[in-house]
Amino acid sequence: MAVYSTNEFRSGLKIMLDNDPCAIIENEFVKPGKGQAFNRVKIRNLKTGRVIERTFKSGESLEGADVMDVEMQYLYNDGDYRHFMDQNTFEQYQADAKVVGDAGLWLKDQDMCTVTLWNDAPLAVTPGNFVELEIVETDPGVRGDTSGGGGKPARLSTGAVVRVPLFVAQNEVIKVDTRTGEYISRVKE
Amino acid sequence: MLQRIRVFFAERNVLEVETPLLSHASGTDPQLAFFTSNYETPPHSQLLFLQTSPEFAMKRLLSAGSGSIFQICKAFRNGEAGRFHNPEFTILEWYRVDFDLAELMNEVELLFDILFDGRLKTPQRISYQTVFEQFTGLNALVFSREDYSAFAKREHLSDAISICGENHALWLDFLFSFCVQPHLGKNELCLVYGYPACQSSLARLNAKNPLITERVEVFINGIELGNGFHELSDAEEQNRRFDAEIEIRKQNNLPKAEKDKRLLAALKNGLPDCSGIALGLDRILMVLANSRTISDVLSFDISHA
Repeated sequence: MAVYSTNEFRSGLKIMLDNDPCAIIENEFVKPGKGQAFNRVKIRNLKTGRVIERTFKSGESLEGADVMDVEMQYLYNDGDYRHFMDQNTFEQYQADAKVVGDAGLWLKDQDMCTVTLWNDAPLAVTPGNFVELEIVETDPGVRGDTSGGGGKPARLSTGAVVRVPLFVAQNEVIKVDTRTGEYISRVKE
Repeated sequence: MLQRIRVFFAERNVLEVETPLLSHASGTDPQLAFFTSNYETPPHSQLLFLQTSPEFAMKRLLSAGSGSIFQICKAFRNGEAGRFHNPEFTILEWYRVDFDLAELMNEVELLFDILFDGRLKTPQRISYQTVFEQFTGLNALVFSREDYSAFAKREHLSDAISICGENHALWLDFLFSFCVQPHLGKNELCLVYGYPACQSSLARLNAKNPLITERVEVFINGIELGNGFHELSDAEEQNRRFDAEIEIRKQNNLPKAEKDKRLLAALKNGLPDCSGIALGLDRILMVLANSRTISDVLSFDISHA
């Protein structure tokens, strides 16, 4: 695997730190006019999702991480694992709940999503920014209310619960922003 | 800005000079990487260095009897690029004959007052030791690995322990950069003087306290804007510091520096008692324009040059 010096640290670069695959978020060059140069680096641990800050002496290097984002189709959940398929290679991958994390709340069979592979094993799953899901349970709609107001909770087919406007009814399909978990609109069939 | 600077020095009878950007010799500072170029006069080829600052050439002029001088020029530092760094940048450097550091600081304050149209709060002067203790609780002059490490751990900067080890100067660079400097000069000019001896560079040692040096640094809004000295004029001492730095470069496998023998000869001839300072004009523009990165105030930064 390639080795990257602090000068090459760019946002998005994947490196190994303390035996975990990590992604560089931000890299700031800090150097007193008459002193040692440092790099203050913001790093996301791709296993835990935690963001940490570390300091390096400029010129130090870290090993690259074999991490790739691959578009895959979500196939099904067998109870223990969720299964995904790379539609280019038709290769299938399985990921447990720990890897899937909150993404599981937004995954509908056949939907496309991004699977992050580390050494060819799923490390994380990211759903599309917007998903369309059916409401399986919510209080009855209120006639005449078209604006929204306070809203009400609605349970979706995947198990996620989002706040929807009062006029939205059970069995309707809605569009949700998975990054914020917010209702966007109804989807007309 | 350039016009105001030129008027400022004209009013004070400080002569504007221009010295070569290319030189046969380089700075020896292990922390500064230089650019090199080749002067081709077949069959000969001579290695030349782009200056990291105009200091040596200007000191040669001072030794030759120029009197007080200033210069606005480019300086080049290899490998330095970031939010506050571009490898090619603009320096204002000036030397005042018969000025001590306090008099030079007075003049720096006057110049900033003019450049900022009096918009800065009253300047603050504080010693390195005081400001270091204020923000870290540590004694900058006496190294204690235990105390320094405990502080770094508390501040979630444990990386310092493996990076700095037993190296006092490195610890000071680290802790000052991350724990002190960001707090300096909120909308005011902050002058930090009396740097520890291990951070002396080209400054002379304080006559009363050999633990500190006659060096000053200039900050506004946590940004380092300049560095000045009551200049070292002892050729022997200068030669020793050159040799020590060349030795450090060798140990760290850094490119070989060429000692400036012409500067040493000039110092031997006699550098008048003087103080000098270099300011980064691009960074001053950044503060004036409230810019987030140095590329905002450059026509084309290194990635677009």
